[in-house]
Amino acid sequence: MAAPVVEAEASGRAATRPPARERKNAKFSVHFAHYKWLYLLLLPGVLYFAVFRYGPMYGVSIAFKDYVPFLGVNGSRWVGTQHFEDFFSNPDFPRLLGNTLILAFLNLGIAFPLTIVLALLLNEVRLSVLKRTVQTLVYIPHFLSWTIVASLSFLLFALDIGPMFQFLNNVMGTNIDFLSDPAWFRPLIVLQEIWKNTGWGTIIFLAALSTVDQDQYEAAIIDGAGRFRRVWHITLPGIRSTIIVMLILAIGQMLNTGFEQIYLMTNALNRDVADVFDTYVYFVGITQGAYSYSTAVGLFKSLVGLVLIFGTNWLAKRFNQSGLF
Amino acid sequence: MKIHNTTGGRVFDAANYVFLSLVGIVTLLPFVYVFAGSFATEAEITRRAFFVWPEQFSLGSYEYIFSTPAFTRALITTILVTAVGTVVQLAFTVTMAYPLAKKTLRGRKLILSLVVFAMVFSGGMIPTFLLVKDLGLLNSYWALILPAAINPFSLIIIKNFFQELPAELEESAKMDGATEIGILWRILLPLSKPVLATFALFYAVGIWNDFMSPLLYLSDNSKWTLQMYLRQVTAASDLLGTGNVDPNYIPPEQGIKFAVIVVATLPILIFYPFLQKHFAKGMLIGSVKG
Repeated sequence: MAAPVVEAEASGRAATRPPARERKNAKFSVHFAHYKWLYLLLLPGVLYFAVFRYGPMYGVSIAFKDYVPFLGVNGSRWVGTQHFEDFFSNPDFPRLLGNTLILAFLNLGIAFPLTIVLALLLNEVRLSVLKRTVQTLVYIPHFLSWTIVASLSFLLFALDIGPMFQFLNNVMGTNIDFLSDPAWFRPLIVLQEIWKNTGWGTIIFLAALSTVDQDQYEAAIIDGAGRFRRVWHITLPGIRSTIIVMLILAIGQMLNTGFEQIYLMTNALNRDVADVFDTYVYFVGITQGAYSYSTAVGLFKSLVGLVLIFGTNWLAKRFNQSGLF
Repeated sequence: MKIHNTTGGRVFDAANYVFLSLVGIVTLLPFVYVFAGSFATEAEITRRAFFVWPEQFSLGSYEYIFSTPAFTRALITTILVTAVGTVVQLAFTVTMAYPLAKKTLRGRKLILSLVVFAMVFSGGMIPTFLLVKDLGLLNSYWALILPAAINPFSLIIIKNFFQELPAELEESAKMDGATEIGILWRILLPLSKPVLATFALFYAVGIWNDFMSPLLYLSDNSKWTLQMYLRQVTAASDLLGTGNVDPNYIPPEQGIKFAVIVVATLPILIFYPFLQKHFAKGMLIGSVKG
């Protein structure tokens, strides 16, 4: 980035003309000339969005084509909604939808409320050393990669030698093969999610909690309201809009089960319950080369996600909440 | 807030403190176990189910991984890609954020709404993969950097930050004949150092931790990053690359996994206090909606 700076300083143009806003109907060329350095600065970013964000959006059109790498996106034959029909009539579809939704609802139903509970408990702590220490500890896992989380799980839950296996074996005499038994796939995924992101998720709720009007608590105490009634009648209503916004975001992201996490925990034995849209797109698209079909699957997922985001936002507004947009 | 020291309140406080301490400890335990295990002998790892301190201190696991070319190569690669990638991504983000902070700039609203749309909708994995392939970036480290060059959230937060800086700063600089780029470079960037440092760290963590991009774009395993290597070691230890080690030496299988996890985690833990200093203030989240 050094080059444009040097160039700009060398030209040393004094910006003494009045800003364009004062000449309301100034021609764009005049405006452009005045702001040319700003437009120059904008260029790399705009190019980035055009190529790497909107380029793939154009590439999505291969979902309606029979993509052949040699022919390219434009040259490939148009097949309409063929790939979507194939996907919806494929027995994989109900399985993927089921797996994705079950994981999504487990996360929404368990991890999401736990985040709020943890934030409320942290908010009740008056010993600031303890509060800060616990916060510091529970935020850490958010910054670790899913590879590390998966590797830790492999070590802790390994058959015969893993500490969790041995612990349960000693205490209850069970022999649980956590990593390959399909029944344990979902609990492990939710457990990982809780360990990795619950702490981090509290940040936004703690920020909202700090804005709740303190006078209301004093008034409630005078009225004789106990700890739990104060939380129920003052604290929770005080952070309701934050909860709703976070819920909208979570529902909008429902189908994004997290490619890395699921991929890393998938193995030959648990494929039936592990396959979700994201990993299916990878296995079918990248490893089997069915580019058009897998793009159609991905597009379906993105469109449902868009509908979910705008739908929940609309619902939130109908119920007189602020919503996102 | 006034405190009512009722018995019930004190019992609740005590229970709450104990519970939260346990939450903190349980969060930490997997690290402590892995850290301790990485300095233990293989015999001890196999014999003891769980421990937080090795009985017999051993550097064997580290000696082994650092003498494995596949590991050292992955480590050096990851450090370099992270360093270069962070600089590139931050430069892309800042140069775009600054013009967008100027409310009089025409086309600003259009660009901002296109940025926001890109947050909620993306082309998806396959079209992005095909684009990277068509650009000839497969098996190139740029494939780990460029497709994620600008995080729209970071862009908008940095834009908002520039917008909130006092306008007088720029006006006086303009009087002195500074250009827009001069203002950005000599006035805004020095003022924004803490903010930029935070986003640099977030970008760095993102590149360091990235598993999907190398999985998609680097099929040549001599180019693998640390996360790919870690995956290979922990998921299937028998696939571990052969190093120039003594053929009579039997590798401490579990110990290797422990040591690689520690090496992959350590940089994050070292930079974590710097990260926490900023996000704890709520700076990152508070301004997203604006």
